[in-house]
Amino acid sequence: MDEKIIQIEGLSFTYPDGHQALSDVSLAVSSGETVAFIGPNGAGKSTLLFHLNGILRSNNGAVKVLDLPIKEKHLKWIRSKVGLVFQDPEDQLFSPTVFDDVAFGPINMGCTEEEVRRRVKQALRQVGMSGYESRSPHHLSVGEKKRIAIATVLSMSPEILVLDEPTSNLDPRGRWELIELLRELPLTKLIATHDLEMVQTLCERTVLLDQGRVVADGPTHRVLSDLSLLAAHGLAPPIP
Amino acid sequence: MKHAFIDKYSNLDSFIHRLDPRTRILTTLAFVLAVMVTPPTAWLAFVLYFALIASLILLAQLPPRYVLQRSAVILPFVLMIAIFIPFLGQGEVSGSYNVWMWRVSVTHDGLTVLWNVLAKSWLSALGLILLSSTTRFPDLLKGLERLGVPRVMVMILSFMYRYIFVLTDEVMRMRRARDSRSFGGRRLWQIRTVGNMIGTLFIRSYERGERVYGAMVARGFDGQVRTLSHLRLGRADLGFGTAFVTILLVIGLIAAVR
Repeated sequence: MDEKIIQIEGLSFTYPDGHQALSDVSLAVSSGETVAFIGPNGAGKSTLLFHLNGILRSNNGAVKVLDLPIKEKHLKWIRSKVGLVFQDPEDQLFSPTVFDDVAFGPINMGCTEEEVRRRVKQALRQVGMSGYESRSPHHLSVGEKKRIAIATVLSMSPEILVLDEPTSNLDPRGRWELIELLRELPLTKLIATHDLEMVQTLCERTVLLDQGRVVADGPTHRVLSDLSLLAAHGLAPPIP
Repeated sequence: MKHAFIDKYSNLDSFIHRLDPRTRILTTLAFVLAVMVTPPTAWLAFVLYFALIASLILLAQLPPRYVLQRSAVILPFVLMIAIFIPFLGQGEVSGSYNVWMWRVSVTHDGLTVLWNVLAKSWLSALGLILLSSTTRFPDLLKGLERLGVPRVMVMILSFMYRYIFVLTDEVMRMRRARDSRSFGGRRLWQIRTVGNMIGTLFIRSYERGERVYGAMVARGFDGQVRTLSHLRLGRADLGFGTAFVTILLVIGLIAAVR
């Protein structure tokens, strides 16, 4: 149970335009954990997530997934183990039909046609969207798009699910349905979000980032009850 | 926002809709080619082409009004190019008019060219409307791919289909944002605003492209396009294809004989 599934050691990252998004971030995630990454806009949450499957790679190679460092030769394997769901489902869903989108990952993994069909069916069932195979993504509601976006990575049967702002732009009902869906998925989950209510419901551990640094890392109830800490990093009303 | 203007009516069910997309692509291509190589004075052939495509449109249960409206969309473009030809050509003059202080003559050859361009482009448009209204766009893409069109091209088309609506929405939002802050102003200033909007749209699309690529890479994309294809050519396809090409040949023969 206490196997470290993700290890990050002294990770720094500077964007090509010179903006330093992460500096000296270290943390480890155990298998089965659900971890929230919170912090103000521009704190480096998304940048950190993009490092977990090698979309962004830092100069000093400090990220290890399932004991493998993120290097060119492991990339394909790591990407099938780390399912990354982007914030905007319009970016995640790029195919003419839902089926094509959910099948994209498994096809790239080299699965047989039969296996691809099985995985698509199962992934759509897991997110409660069976029967949407031949629909076109642009006709779906935001909530439906978000679910399909999650299905597109579940079809690769990952061990780690990484989500960037999963509840943004959803109406309250869609948001609670999505939270419920995430709760039921038996995976290690890393969630970057501003939605502290979701953090409270879903995540046992919370990491607070600001200006590319880890400011706090601990049990959710402790981080979220420290109002002066939250206020100092723009996550709660200022303390008078 | 809902849009469905590319492949409207492609979800109907008819004999034509049930054909393999490849059959429809190839027969459409054959039709357009046949129309193109027909001499402009083979009047009967054009009537027959029209009868052929019209009966297929009826067979596919497409509303004739809708087809006419869609086909009319191409007319302004064709007219803009071809309308001056009768006045500029040389040859036998079929009519001369005094317009204010100019003397304008219309040549017979020029008129033939105008008719030629109009009739052929309109017939071809009808053929393409029949194709796009009976084939769901994803199926069209699969058909093209199986016909050996390079996968990168098919992929570009598929992104176009996927994101044209997203872009349309973005333009509409930008227009609303502009209109809600714009109170007239000078023409020049307005043009500048439109320029800025186009620039913004380009940058946004470019950035979206990068994010989409990120989403593809995250799911194992390595530059090679892989797909599952499951199309089957049936007896109906063979029959329809043969019949269609035979009819085209017969029409061509009639045109050649006369």
